Amino acid sequence: MSKSFESVQVVRDGLKKVNYLADDGIASVVYLAQRLGKPILVEGPAGTGKTQLAKSVAEMLNARLIRLQCYEGLDESKALYEWNYKKQLLRIQADKSSDSWSEVHDDIFSSEFLLTRPLLEAISSTDPVVLLIDEVDRVEIETEALLLEILSEYQVSIPELGTITAKQIPMVFLTSNNTRELSEALKRRCLFLHIDYPDMDREKEIVLTKVEGITENLADQIARIVRSIRQLDLKKAPSVSETLDWARTLILLGIDHIDAQEAKDTLHILLKYQTDIAKAAKELSVDK
Amino acid sequence: MPVLDLMSGFIVELRNAGLPVSLTENLDAMEAVKEIPIEDRDAFKYALAATLVKSQNHWRAFETIFEVYFSLRGPEYSIAQDGKENDEMWREQQDLQMQGEGKGQSGGNMDGLTPEEIAQMLMNALMNGDQAMMKALAKQSVQRFAGMEPGRPVGGTYYLYRTLRNLDLDNMLDKLMEANKQQAAEELTNLEQRLEKDEFESRIEQFKQEVEAEIRRKLVADRGAEAMAKTLRKPLPEDVEFMHASRDEMQSLKKALQPLTRKLAARLARKRRHGRKGPLDFRNTVRHSLSYGGVPADPKFKYPRPAKPELMVVADISGSVAAFARFTLMLVYAIQGQFSKVRSFVFIDGIDEVTSYFKNTEDISDAIHRVNTEADVVWVDGHSDYGHAFEVFWERYGKDINSKTTILLLGDARNNYHATGSWVVKEMQKRGRHVYWLNPEPKSYWNTGDSVVGEYGSFTDGVYECRNLRQLEGFVEKLV
Ligand SMILES: Nc1ncnc2c1ncn2[C@@H]1O[C@H](COP(=O)(O)OP(=O)(O)O)[C@@H](O)[C@H]1O
Ligand SMILES: [Mg+2]
Repeated sequence: MSKSFESVQVVRDGLKKVNYLADDGIASVVYLAQRLGKPILVEGPAGTGKTQLAKSVAEMLNARLIRLQCYEGLDESKALYEWNYKKQLLRIQADKSSDSWSEVHDDIFSSEFLLTRPLLEAISSTDPVVLLIDEVDRVEIETEALLLEILSEYQVSIPELGTITAKQIPMVFLTSNNTRELSEALKRRCLFLHIDYPDMDREKEIVLTKVEGITENLADQIARIVRSIRQLDLKKAPSVSETLDWARTLILLGIDHIDAQEAKDTLHILLKYQTDIAKAAKELSVDK
Repeated sequence: MPVLDLMSGFIVELRNAGLPVSLTENLDAMEAVKEIPIEDRDAFKYALAATLVKSQNHWRAFETIFEVYFSLRGPEYSIAQDGKENDEMWREQQDLQMQGEGKGQSGGNMDGLTPEEIAQMLMNALMNGDQAMMKALAKQSVQRFAGMEPGRPVGGTYYLYRTLRNLDLDNMLDKLMEANKQQAAEELTNLEQRLEKDEFESRIEQFKQEVEAEIRRKLVADRGAEAMAKTLRKPLPEDVEFMHASRDEMQSLKKALQPLTRKLAARLARKRRHGRKGPLDFRNTVRHSLSYGGVPADPKFKYPRPAKPELMVVADISGSVAAFARFTLMLVYAIQGQFSKVRSFVFIDGIDEVTSYFKNTEDISDAIHRVNTEADVVWVDGHSDYGHAFEVFWERYGKDINSKTTILLLGDARNNYHATGSWVVKEMQKRGRHVYWLNPEPKSYWNTGDSVVGEYGSFTDGVYECRNLRQLEGFVEKLV
C-alpha cells in the first residue's frame, strides 16, 4: 500500500471522517494490519459493523472495494478465475486449419480468455484496493484452502499461466458471524479482531452520526435503553443496525423523548422474538 | 525491563494458561510490538491480542495475563513497610495530578478523612460520573483499607473484600438511587429509574475494577509477574469443570455455550444436507433407463440413511451435578432438529417429565429455569436415589421406548448407597437403540465411595466423562 498510517489515532480520526466510529481495538488492529501487511479476520455478532469496517477503510484510503460474498458452494471459478470456454471455443473454430495446436493452445490460455473473479482481481489491480471476503464462515472448510495462498503470499497460481503476484499488498478483511470454527491455518494467517456490541458512548456517537435529524438527548436515551436491554438474557440481543432502525423510526414518528408507551410500541423493531419483547417490556416496566 | 524480554515470559504464560499460541503467531507478536509503543497501552494490548488470541473465549485469560506482565510499574505501587512514607508519596502524586488538571481544591489531601468521609466522596464521584475522582479514590481506598503487607501470600480477593467493605459498597447502589430520587425535580418514571440504576451499576462496576487493578498492580510489584500470573491462572471456559464452576465461571460458560450451540447446529444441518446418498438402487435405475432407450442415464439411489432417532434424556439435577444437567439439556435442545423427537426427564429421588417446558418456547434458558423451579423431583428427602427414580421411570415411560430410541442418562451415579435399580438400565438397553451414560466426574472418581457408575455402565453402550464443555461438545457431535 502506498501511504502508511502514522499512528493509531490517525486511523481512528480517518474512520470518523467517513462516519465510522471505531474503538481502540478496531483502530489498533487496522493500523497494525496495514503496517504488517496482514489480513484481518473480523468476527462478532451480526450487525455490529464488520462489513461496514471494510467499506469505510476503503473509503478512508480512497481505494476501490472489491468484495467476495461467500456462500455455501462457492468455488474457485467464482472466487478466483475461470476460463472463458465460449470464447476459447470460438477462437479454436475460427481458424481450424491455419495454426498449429500449440499456438492455439498458448493463445486460448492467455489472459485475454481469463475471466477474473474478485480474488484475482484484487491481486492484479494496479490501483489501490481493499479486498473484503465477506462471511467466510459460510463456505465449506475445504474451500478455505482457496484463500490461503492469497492471504499469505498475495499471489494466485494459475497452472496454464503461471503465478500472478500482487503489485501492491492490498488491505484484506475477512468477516465471520462465527457459525462454524474456521480452520487453524486460516486463523494463523490473520490478525484477529472481535467486534462486539459497542459500549454506550460509542453507540450514541454512531446514532448521532448515522441518523439524520436526531437530537443529542434522544440519541442518549436510545443508547441507554439499548444498553439495558442487552444486559438481559435474550435469545437475540439488538444489533447496531437494529438500534439505527429504531432511532430512525422514532424520528419518523416525531418522538423526541421516549416514554414507556412509546418504548413498548416500538420494541419489536429492536427485538425479533416475542419472548424477548415480553421480557424487555417487563424488565423496563413498560408493559402496563 | 525492555519489551522484548517481557514478551518471552508473557508468551510462556499464555501457553501455560492453555492458549494455543503457534510459532507463527509468536513471531507476529514480536513484529507487532515494534509497531506500537508500549506507552500507548490500550493500542499495544489490542495489537498483541490480534496476533495471539484467535478465539473470543480466550480474551479474558489473555487480558489477565497482559495486565500482570505489562503492569504499570513504579514506586507508587510498592507496598511500603511504613504506611506514612507511602501516604506522603501518594499526597505528592495527588497534588501534582490535581494541579495538572487545574483543580487544586478538594480531594487533594485525603489523609485526614475518615472512612465515612471517603465513602461520601466516592458517592459524589459516582453520582456525577467523575472518572478522575473515581480513579483517585480507588487508589486511595486500596492504600488505606486493603491492609496490604509485603510478602504476605494472601490473594487479591481478600484485599478487594476489605477495601470494598470499608466503603460500604454493597449499599452504594441503594444510596445512589435514593439520593437521585431526592434530587429529581419531578418523580421519575419506572423506565427512568431503571435506566438510572443501570448507569449507576455500571459506574460502581467500573470503580470495583479500578480497585482490583490497583491491588493487582501492587501485588505484581511485590511478588513479581510470574508468581502473580500463576496465582491468577484459571481454566479456559471450555475447560471449566461443570461441578466446580464459580459464579463467574458459570457466566463465562454460559457465554461460551451460545456460539457453541449455534456452531453445532449449523454444522449438523450442513452435514445432513450433504449427507451421502444411499447405495445405488439397481432395479429402480434400470426401470427408469427404459425411457432413455436402455441407457442408465438417471441413476436412482436407495433411501439415504435411516430415519432420525428419538432421544430421551434422563438427568440427575441434584446439587453438584445440576449445572451439568442444565448445560447438557441446553445443548440437546439447541440441536433438537436432529432428532425426530426429544423427551426429557429430571430426577433427584423422584422423577418428572419436563418435555413440555421446552415446547412452544424460543427461550431455552427460560425452560431450564422452569426445570429448576417447577419440576416435581423430590420424593422422600431430596437426596439422590437413582434406583427409585429409575423404577418410577420404567413404570411410567418404559413402554414408550422402542428400537428407534436413544437414551442419555446424566449424572454422577452417586446413589447414597440406595438400591441401584440397574435392572431398569438393562431393560432400556434391550428395548431401545442405544443407551449412553454421561458422567461429569473425573474418571478417577468413578466407583469410589457411593458412586455406582460401573454397575449402570455395564448395561450401556458407553459411559463418557463429560467434565467440561469441550468433552460435552465432543460427545454430542458423536451422537448425531
Ligand atoms: N462503528 C460503526 N460506525 C458507524 N456505523 C456502524 C458502526 N457499526 C455498525 N454500523 C452500522 O450498522 C449497520 C450494520 O453494519 P454491518 O457492517 O452490515 O454489520 P455486520 O457486517 O457486522 O453484520 C450498518 O448500517 C453500519 O453502517
Ligand atoms: Mg456483514
